[in-house]
Amino acid sequence: MMNCHEAHKLVIQAQDTRLPFVRRIGLRFHLLICKACAAFERQMAFLRAACRSFPGGED
Amino acid sequence: MEREDIPGEAARLRPTLLRFARLQLRNEAAAEDAVQEALLAAVTSGESFAGKAALQTWLIAILRNKIVDHIRRSAREPSIQAVDDDGDDTDFDALFAADGHWADAPASWGNPQRTLENKRFHDVFEACMELLPEKIARVFMMREFLGLETEEICKELSISTTNCWVVLYRARMRLRECLQINWFGNEPGGATV
Repeated sequence: MMNCHEAHKLVIQAQDTRLPFVRRIGLRFHLLICKACAAFERQMAFLRAACRSFPGGED
Repeated sequence: MEREDIPGEAARLRPTLLRFARLQLRNEAAAEDAVQEALLAAVTSGESFAGKAALQTWLIAILRNKIVDHIRRSAREPSIQAVDDDGDDTDFDALFAADGHWADAPASWGNPQRTLENKRFHDVFEACMELLPEKIARVFMMREFLGLETEEICKELSISTTNCWVVLYRARMRLRECLQINWFGNEPGGATV
C-alpha cells in the first residue's frame, strides 16, 4: 500500500505521462481512501486550469 | 466583427498579449517582438472573428507559436541551454512525516471556477509564476502554457527526462505553496469580491 509521500509524486507524474497500470491502480485506490491526497490532486488539476485560463479576459 | 475592426480590436488586446508573452519569455524586447508578429498575423490573415473573445483566443494561439519559435531559437544559444541541477525531488520532503503521511494536509481550494473568474486571482497567479526561478518557469510554461509534451521539452532544451520530471515537480510544488500562502491562505480574500 503506497503512502502519501509516494502518492503525491505519482499525482504530479500523472499530469505529464500515463502511469504504468499497476501504479495507476495503486494511486486510484489510495486517492479513494485518502482525503488529503485527493485534495492535493484537485489542487494540481486547478493549477492546470489556472494556466489554461491565464491571462483571463482583458483588464 | 467586421474586417476593418480587426486592427483596432487587436490593438486593444495588446496589453493582455504582452502580459502572456512577458511572463514566458522574461525579456521585454522578445515579448514585444512576439506580440507584434502575432498582431500582424491577425491583421493580414483575412480571417473573420465572431467577436472579441474569438479574436483573443486566435491571437493567443498564434502568440504561443511565436513564443515556441523564440524558445527554439534561443535554446541553441549556450547561455540558457542547461537547466541547473540545483536540487532534486527531495526539496519538499519536509511536508511529510517520517511515516509518509502529510505533516500538514492539503487544504480544499474551494470552487475552481469561481476563483478563475476573479481577476485578482490572475494577478496573484502571475506573481507566483514570476517567483519561480527562470529555468524552472521555462520548463513548466512550455508544458502548461504552450502545451508541449515532456519529451519535446527535454529535446528542445537538451535536458534529460529525469531532470525534466524533477523540474516540473518542483515548479508545481512551489506554485502550490505560493498560491496557498498568498491566495487560499487568505480566504475568503478571493471569494469576498
